[in-house]
Amino acid sequence: MHPAGSVIVFTVASGLGFGLLTWLGIGVPTLKGWHAFWYYAVAFGLAGGGLLASTFHLGNPQRFLKAFSQWRSSWLSREGCLAVASMAVMGVFAICSIFMGSIWQPLGYIGAALSVLTIFATSMIYAQLKTVPRWNHWTTPCLFLLLSLGGGALLALQTWSAGILIGLAGVVQLLAWYLGDNQFKRRGSNTGTATGLGFRGTVRSFESPHTGNNYLLKEMVHKVGRKHAQKLRVIAFALMIVSPLICLFISFSIPVVAVALVLHILGIFTQRWLFFAEAEHVVGLYYGKR
Amino acid sequence: MTTLPQTTDKKLGLVIDLDTCVGCHACVVSCKGWNTENYGAPLSDQDAYGADPSGTFLNRVHSYEVTPEVGPAQLIHFPKSCLHCDDAPCVTVCPTGASYKRQEDGIVLVNEDACIGCGLCAWACPYGAREMDQAAGVMKKCTLCVDRIYNENLPEEDRVPSCVRTCPSGARHFGDLGDENSDVSKLVVERGGMDLMPEQGTKPVNKYLPPRPKDVVPEFDILAPYLEPVASSQKGFLSWLDKALEKI
Repeated sequence: MHPAGSVIVFTVASGLGFGLLTWLGIGVPTLKGWHAFWYYAVAFGLAGGGLLASTFHLGNPQRFLKAFSQWRSSWLSREGCLAVASMAVMGVFAICSIFMGSIWQPLGYIGAALSVLTIFATSMIYAQLKTVPRWNHWTTPCLFLLLSLGGGALLALQTWSAGILIGLAGVVQLLAWYLGDNQFKRRGSNTGTATGLGFRGTVRSFESPHTGNNYLLKEMVHKVGRKHAQKLRVIAFALMIVSPLICLFISFSIPVVAVALVLHILGIFTQRWLFFAEAEHVVGLYYGKR
Repeated sequence: MTTLPQTTDKKLGLVIDLDTCVGCHACVVSCKGWNTENYGAPLSDQDAYGADPSGTFLNRVHSYEVTPEVGPAQLIHFPKSCLHCDDAPCVTVCPTGASYKRQEDGIVLVNEDACIGCGLCAWACPYGAREMDQAAGVMKKCTLCVDRIYNENLPEEDRVPSCVRTCPSGARHFGDLGDENSDVSKLVVERGGMDLMPEQGTKPVNKYLPPRPKDVVPEFDILAPYLEPVASSQKGFLSWLDKALEKI
């Protein structure tokens, strides 16, 4: 799949934003006044900025309001509705904490639950697609949730929780790569089933329908960078998982946590780029490509 | 609206005969011609006369080489457009309700006024049947020529999809695949019509008829292979030439 910059920024930033909102919602840490303001500013900046970035890849973003209508069937619509709902609830909770100095914890719990659901809905946009076997797996939502909550914990300076969650994310990430590499094959789709001609012999794409490029190939048969996939996996894992854990092992002081955070975020960007670039869509079979 | 109908009254669709398709791409051209000036936004091209031309098409013809275990390879031309699936994943993923399947005839359509151009439906389709128009920013797909098949301003023989009307080899058939007595349904039963990528669980309405096995030239005399060849060496000038060349 084509790793579009807007979608990478969307998933990384809003993942971290809603991760942080979850921690703030459950009152870890409990904040009041101007101290709270900066935490909420970061959380809303990331969550809102991510959502804004996601609109950059739309063909007709001016019609975005319609995207809140199909929550009964569409994960993308659910994601939008949940994102707005959690930001609204957490907005009220934040205003109460910052300006009135009063914390009404039940509201925070509702906001935290909605934030977790938002992250889950984001992951399901990808995990629901049977056409992309690598994504269509329980490891996808699991990894999105662990990374968002782990990154959120780093932002909230919850070092112990961050360490545990990032460690778990590392385990799930390794599993996702290990299982993901065979997922396409395991689903049994090949040029034979795609054309229905497999029973006649070996099917090979002889000629493409068009000599030039097209939307399908640009969007779904992205091959650039796959040759460096193994190296990028090592880089992503080192930045996203190993280096923050080393930092947290050394010290829980703010500057060290800040370094851990920066490295972690760089790692997630690399991981998310790979998440798209490595994912193979079954439509490639019609073109004799993966 | 983006939930799928439980059942549809009709299942309009295409039956494509891979035995008779000659790969002329006339259906591709006629589809683009009709659909660029009728239903919805035009099918735009980018850099049409430049070095890297591309454009939106609703129907494309692939060609595949099939090599059997024994015998020569066969070339099969393979037109592909929307299969109007009963369990269309492109419909349920749509966040705006723009993508829908009609209850009355099963046609899968895009309401372009509601499409935000997110592209998720194209990701959800295993067949590559949907292409985002780069000029209009909305998703384009086969409408089964919904603006022809019910159009009473057209002569009756033209009330079929443009690709079907155009096909010079009669490789494309249009009809109600939900009615087991329709011509297309009978054709599917008779020729063993098949689904593309059934493992995706999309339940496509369109069916493909597999190519018939190639004719094998029959042996006229069962004893012929055991006979001595009758032909002997050449005579006359050719015989002399043969010998002369042999000696050089």
